[in-house]
Amino acid sequence: MRHLMSPLDFTVEELNNLFDLANDIEFNLDKYKNACTGKILATCFYEPSTRTRLSFESAMLQMGGNVIGFSDAGSSSASKGESVADTIRMISCYAHICAMRHHKEGAPMVASGKSSIPVINAGDGGHQHPTQTLTDLLTIRSLKGRLNNFTVGLCGDLKFGRTVHSLIHALERYTGMKFIFISPEELKVPDYITDSLKSKNIPYEEVIRLDDVIPQLDFLYMTRVQKERFFNEEDYVRLKDFYVLDKEKMKNAKADMLVLHPLPRVNEIAVDVDDDPRATYFKQVQYGVYVRMALILTLLKTVRRDEEC
Amino acid sequence: MLNVGRIQEGFVLDHIKAGQSLKIYHMLKLDKGESTVAMIMHVPSNKMGKKDILKVECSVSDLNLDVLAFIDHTITVNVIKGEEIFEKKALILPEEITGIINCKNPRCITSIEQGLPHVFVLADKDTQVYRCKYCEEKYNKRY
Repeated sequence: MRHLMSPLDFTVEELNNLFDLANDIEFNLDKYKNACTGKILATCFYEPSTRTRLSFESAMLQMGGNVIGFSDAGSSSASKGESVADTIRMISCYAHICAMRHHKEGAPMVASGKSSIPVINAGDGGHQHPTQTLTDLLTIRSLKGRLNNFTVGLCGDLKFGRTVHSLIHALERYTGMKFIFISPEELKVPDYITDSLKSKNIPYEEVIRLDDVIPQLDFLYMTRVQKERFFNEEDYVRLKDFYVLDKEKMKNAKADMLVLHPLPRVNEIAVDVDDDPRATYFKQVQYGVYVRMALILTLLKTVRRDEEC
Repeated sequence: MLNVGRIQEGFVLDHIKAGQSLKIYHMLKLDKGESTVAMIMHVPSNKMGKKDILKVECSVSDLNLDVLAFIDHTITVNVIKGEEIFEKKALILPEEITGIINCKNPRCITSIEQGLPHVFVLADKDTQVYRCKYCEEKYNKRY
């Protein structure tokens, strides 16, 4: 049985197979409408999420499956002090697969160690968000036709932005990548990411000004400064509008540069960019459903009968 | 005058960085047992200038060499049997250590999950960096 904790849990070949399946779903949706009949997805969301939870639920429902779960810790036994390990043992008896989001980093990994059903990390604190990464990779592959030889700009909250950490880890495995990290000093990418890049001789730069580097980029990954990651309100207020991508800045970008964003967007991308053909963030949402459908199908196939609860 | 005698069975940990033997004493949990321990600090050394030495009278199976290797894999471990050096053990950095150090990241699941051991894995052999298995927080040895 397989789980998904990090994009690196799948080999590049396995990811290619997953994306092929996602593209097949995209163009032949009808073929998959009963692919999960009789199967139940548990969405265990200990912290609020709209997009990811609904995307998982939509994915399962479109394949004829059912969904159970909770959407905040207050409505689960966690509010009574139940451990993650105990919760997943219980969920394993109710569902066939689980998508878990937790505010504590590593919680889905703890769950996977005690679970008899596949567990998908749907975001753990500021750590990893692998299904967003699968969404990002599928979007890039579908729109650019490849996943190598890019100069990638990542901008905003690179310290707590788990989507960024997962994406960098995943892109490290493709050839010809160069990373440009654009962030204020306080929100720089963590050292375990830069250590990893150094050890693999993958070029990267850390800069503060977006304007200086935007002409070089093949795609720009914007992120929101997340209020919930700050212990100090003052720091959040100071940093929240540090970057705003607008029409003026887009004039200096390549004609085919993609603008990606894991959403929700606040002020970091001006609304006037939405009509730009390079704005890709709403297409990502649709690709997110396809890739989660492909992931659910793939992981369900890895369960042996004797592993079921 | 204090006379530190020979030990029948146990270990002599030599070439400990000066001043670090007390930390090792605690991390090996020697304070929790009843082994006879001699801690000799700031001993002149040709190789190191100054060094510490720990002599521990215990069964040879009692010492957790993984912990010792994690603390400092350059320490010389002399295994003593019958008052003689029976073996010199090489220390190898352990791939994983459990329950020795705690993750300091307040966002890590180890900060709230009951009964969850703190596990660190060797992320980079060359730089001897260990990271929390759950949140990947780096452990700074400050050693």
